[in-house]
Amino acid sequence: MNVLNFVNAFFSDSAHWHGYDGIPTRLGEHVRYTLEALALAAAIGLPVGLVTGHYGRGGNALSLVATAGRALPSFGLLVLMTTLLGFGMLPVMIPLVVLAVPPILVTTYEAMRSVDPSPVDAARGMGMQESRILLQVELPVALPLILSGLRSAAIQIVSTATIAAYVSLGGLGRYIVDGLYQRNYEKVVGGATLVAVLALVTLALFWAVARVAVSPGVRRR
Amino acid sequence: MAKSLRQPEGPGVLIRIDSVTKRYPDGTVAVDRLSLEIPDRSITVLVGPSGCGKTTTLRMINRMVDPSEGTILLDGEDIQRQPVTTLRRSMGYVIQNAGLFQHRTIVDNIATVPRMLGWGKQKARARAAELMERVGLDAALAKRYPYQLSGGQQQRVGVARALAADPPVLLMDEPFSAVDPVVRKGLQDELLRIQDELGKTIIFVTHDIDEAIKLGTMVAVMRTGGHLAQYAPPAELLSSPADAFVEDFLGGDRGIRRLSFFPSARLELTSDPVIPLDATAEQIAAPDAPYLLVTDPNGRPLGWSEPRDLVAGDIRPERLLSYGRPFVPGTDSLRAALDCAVLSPAGWAVAVDTGGRVTGVVSQQTIGEAIRSAHAAGRDDEKVAG
Repeated sequence: MNVLNFVNAFFSDSAHWHGYDGIPTRLGEHVRYTLEALALAAAIGLPVGLVTGHYGRGGNALSLVATAGRALPSFGLLVLMTTLLGFGMLPVMIPLVVLAVPPILVTTYEAMRSVDPSPVDAARGMGMQESRILLQVELPVALPLILSGLRSAAIQIVSTATIAAYVSLGGLGRYIVDGLYQRNYEKVVGGATLVAVLALVTLALFWAVARVAVSPGVRRR
Repeated sequence: MAKSLRQPEGPGVLIRIDSVTKRYPDGTVAVDRLSLEIPDRSITVLVGPSGCGKTTTLRMINRMVDPSEGTILLDGEDIQRQPVTTLRRSMGYVIQNAGLFQHRTIVDNIATVPRMLGWGKQKARARAAELMERVGLDAALAKRYPYQLSGGQQQRVGVARALAADPPVLLMDEPFSAVDPVVRKGLQDELLRIQDELGKTIIFVTHDIDEAIKLGTMVAVMRTGGHLAQYAPPAELLSSPADAFVEDFLGGDRGIRRLSFFPSARLELTSDPVIPLDATAEQIAAPDAPYLLVTDPNGRPLGWSEPRDLVAGDIRPERLLSYGRPFVPGTDSLRAALDCAVLSPAGWAVAVDTGGRVTGVVSQQTIGEAIRSAHAAGRDDEKVAG
């Protein structure tokens, strides 16, 4: 039997389409974990990246934090957090956020630094306040790069959120963890396929957002 | 101090820079005890080599840089006393690469300051459209984005954006340095035209002395270390540079370039050597001149010829000698007239009206006399002014 047969078998089994272990439920859980982790990471990474990028200070400290964040193994962190905090949502969110903050933080900082300084100088010279310069002059130009940072963070969360299943939470990781335990490879492959599809959908979503949110003057098309 | 006779109604002073020094923490002195009085409704040019503090001086006027010592008064009031955003909004600001907002359309770029001042969107856009016309931009460009415009067009947008809220003062920091010479000349002419219409107080920074002489009502030549070398109207700068540095900075051809400031209107023209294409033998023989200028039936110049080479009834335009580039008395300067005389084989300059019809010719000798008397008058003026 090859992988495609596993995929076919998994998705044609009607038992996999309803109930607490059905695809809609697991997919919904997975999307929820992803959105929560991404929102938390963005809430930390975006403001810090925007402000440090605007003032051009703290770049070294940022890359230090980012490198440290990237070096931490998500699974190890999950185990550590569960040991310290017990079972629940929080020990899962921590490794996901730690994973997602560095790409958001670093790309946002770099995006702000790469904005042409002359419009900023012009804006300041015509009496625009700093907050407006940040939001109305720099941000719209930095947006494509910032979105790419958010996109890579989102995709990493989608694939890593499978670890939630190890600490008895839901999500698409459930199929992989349970399938491996039960030696049900049909389930493992099905779960992995769903994760891959969700990652592709995330890509498409970010592409659509960029089409709408980025000015044609910046896209140059 | 005696007042110059050339400016009996001297313009008022709008900006007074009073012994201003800018020293950076590392000890570098960008501007050293600079004092300047910037006259109202005229173009004051700050010019000098790089590192002379001209841009720093400009940026202290809108407080992009704060002076270490000294004061700057705007209309008699210390600029440090008012909120920095209010001050900046009362001054248009134009920079080298225009600094347009690439995510905004041209019309919205121009409407930036009116929008910041709380104008409605419609009113701000209407004002922007009006300014596009004033700076010579096609209305079809309104909905375009900056990347779709040429460098020269972008710079026009930069000027329009600076003028949008009708500020009394315009600060321009090397605005035309990044465009090619032909476009630059167009932008300079356009600025002079706009200035004629609007009468702003413009402070213009450049490293190009020719641009300074062309645009400036007053020119401040600065030297490395932030010192003022000379502050004078351009004609005076050319006739009497204060020291070797200024003289060197002005470059060659000072005498010739100074002629740009003398009008050609008072040159005495003669039409004796001017004959039509269908001239008779008598008309060819009559003038006592070594060369004759032949004109077409509309009175436009065709070229010069010696009388003995002309045959009545068979004058061939292709055999005539070039007449160079004619000048328009009243519009052009003595420099243009002299240039025309030097280029013409006969040594005579051709004067035309605005329609291109010959109004007369003038010899190098006559132009030379006019230059001498203009210089003499200039020296008398300086004595009175001095």
